[in-house]
Amino acid sequence: MWRRFARTLIDGPATERAPALPDRAAEELARAIEASARERLGRSLAIRQVDAGSCNGCELEIHMLNSIVYDLERFGLKFVASPKHADVLMVTGPLTRNMHEALLRAYDCTPDPKWVVAVGDCAANGGVFAGSYAVAGGIEAAVPVDLVIRGCPPTPVQLLEGLLALLQAADRPRPKPRQASAPGAI
Amino acid sequence: MDPRIEELRALLGQGTAMPCRPWAHARLDRPQWERLLLLLAADARLELLSLWAEPGVVLCALRHEEEEEFVLFSLACPDGTYPALSPLRPGAVRFERMVRDLWGLVATDAVDLRPWLDHGRWALAAPMAARPARREAPPAPTDAPQPAFLPVEGESLHQIPVGPIHAGIIEPGHFRFTAQGEMVARLEQRLGYVHKGTLGLMIGKPARAAATFAARISGDATVAYSIAYARAVEAALGVAAPTRAVWLRALMAEIERIANHLHDFGFVCNDAAFAFIHARTGLLREGVLRAAATAFGHRLMMDRVLPGGIADDLTLLGPDAIERALAAIEAELPDLIATYENYASLVDRVVGTGAVSAQLVARFAAGGHVGRAASRGFDCRKSPGYAPYDALDFAVPVFAEGDVDARVRVRLAELQESIKLVRAILADLPHGPVLVPLAAAAGEGAAMAESFRGEVFAWVRLDESAILRGAFLRDPSWLQWPLLEAAIEDNIVPDFPLCNKSFNCSYSGVDL
Ligand code: SF4
Repeated sequence: MWRRFARTLIDGPATERAPALPDRAAEELARAIEASARERLGRSLAIRQVDAGSCNGCELEIHMLNSIVYDLERFGLKFVASPKHADVLMVTGPLTRNMHEALLRAYDCTPDPKWVVAVGDCAANGGVFAGSYAVAGGIEAAVPVDLVIRGCPPTPVQLLEGLLALLQAADRPRPKPRQASAPGAI
Repeated sequence: MDPRIEELRALLGQGTAMPCRPWAHARLDRPQWERLLLLLAADARLELLSLWAEPGVVLCALRHEEEEEFVLFSLACPDGTYPALSPLRPGAVRFERMVRDLWGLVATDAVDLRPWLDHGRWALAAPMAARPARREAPPAPTDAPQPAFLPVEGESLHQIPVGPIHAGIIEPGHFRFTAQGEMVARLEQRLGYVHKGTLGLMIGKPARAAATFAARISGDATVAYSIAYARAVEAALGVAAPTRAVWLRALMAEIERIANHLHDFGFVCNDAAFAFIHARTGLLREGVLRAAATAFGHRLMMDRVLPGGIADDLTLLGPDAIERALAAIEAELPDLIATYENYASLVDRVVGTGAVSAQLVARFAAGGHVGRAASRGFDCRKSPGYAPYDALDFAVPVFAEGDVDARVRVRLAELQESIKLVRAILADLPHGPVLVPLAAAAGEGAAMAESFRGEVFAWVRLDESAILRGAFLRDPSWLQWPLLEAAIEDNIVPDFPLCNKSFNCSYSGVDL
């Protein structure tokens, strides 16, 4: 381990080293997020991820945002353990009926102002699971969605792009906090 | 000849032979099913791999541990009931609960018949049955029945409810801990939160179109699922995938295993507050995912494996990209393993924690790293085996301790075997086409593929137009989750994340 640390002094951090670097697009995007995070928010943005029925593919890619390759935290964006500490709910999955209530509760626990990001084709409209007896077909059925990041699963670069869009949108004036909807099943 | 084996084979002969390939499948009548139960009671080497249903029919997959026989039995249940397997095989409990929730077939004399996947929130009851019942007043999302947990008796016990939403970026499920101080007296899991009705969506689709769903039962093992499903369909249709496709499937499967084992190794260490290893494995994993994207056009290699072959050939840049990712792992892995082994604070957390006995593992027939960390060496790449693994040289590492450390060590050893396998596959890759058309024929097929968690079992039934009429995909976690309940007993609550990560069972895979 110490050898690794010593090497790091010579090589520099992995986040910027050649093999570990995001490709050029991601690099530019990363710089852009950094700028807008500072300019527009002037503070950090806390994200709570909620799996509303994902196949776990989306989660795997969201995990990579936290890796030293993408290092999301350098932009002031970080994942938190409780919706009570969150500004953003990042929701995956087609919204299974069995997760509907849990998502509503997480939404209600999140203080205003808050944003909801739907991650993956499933969260957008149910994806391949649309039409099943067991899913609502997209998280909009339970909570208002501010941003959709498509993909199955979206790549870490696409996720970064989406978060940039969110940071820009977050600066615009917003209507009063909306109520989550609780429709009857089917 | 072992008389019990003879009895098993006799039972196979007496039942009505079903057209299943390559596994023998006998449809039994009730007295014969009762005899099967007697056999299960008498012969502990007969392992229950899976239990599922079709409308009005219950099926089970068994493996004879010594003879390496893999067989299917089924029973028509005109009155909606069948004699339970759970008194004889504890692994049957959750299957029986699932079969009742999805197909409405009730196991008589079952150990536990509380609902499992059905949380009372669907508009249908028994949605996979021939005629699902509409619930009169579909429950509102916030107004579902409360689950019943098993009673726990004793002094100064308290309960800790956790989930369904957990603190990390992980799948949802509910854990009910009963603890005495810091010590866990019992853990009960309640899953089903991510039930998407995937099997229901597959039925009625052409075999190839339904592959999309097989690839999304558990996205982290998408390649292994797709292989198991494709092999079952090919067996049912009597179609052989081209040799090059078979080798490229194995290439993808081993890349998937490497990526996931890196992930799990890092996460176990991270849960022992050792972020360094996690940071490094994250970097290595990203390298593997990028190589997969270069080689196959998708980071997780989703939808690449299809019945009849694979969607696209390996790209020209693929082999180099893969080799670079492997070289990066090899350059760093020895250092990471040395770190893992030499830090007392880390060793203290993982050694002896969350131990599962070899007997318990054998009773549940748990596969993957959970089995192989506790002396059960089953790996379906070796037995029953499938191409191209019969032509490749690799070891299946087995440990005896059954604790968190042993499960990590299985992964570390497999990781290195998989690196060798990837190189061997790339070196000997046969030439030729990668996809053949599927015949339109009726049939039934069963197959397994070894995922990073253990064996994925797939069963399909197709009609004359190769439309899916029956399907079941069994995640290895079905037989691993219950052992996590056992592993945490008499451990402290703060060690739960560590135990849980060392199992890393799938939620989506068992919730279906
Ligand atoms: S969008 Fe794709 S990867 Fe994400 S949860 Fe849905 S099926 Fe899985």
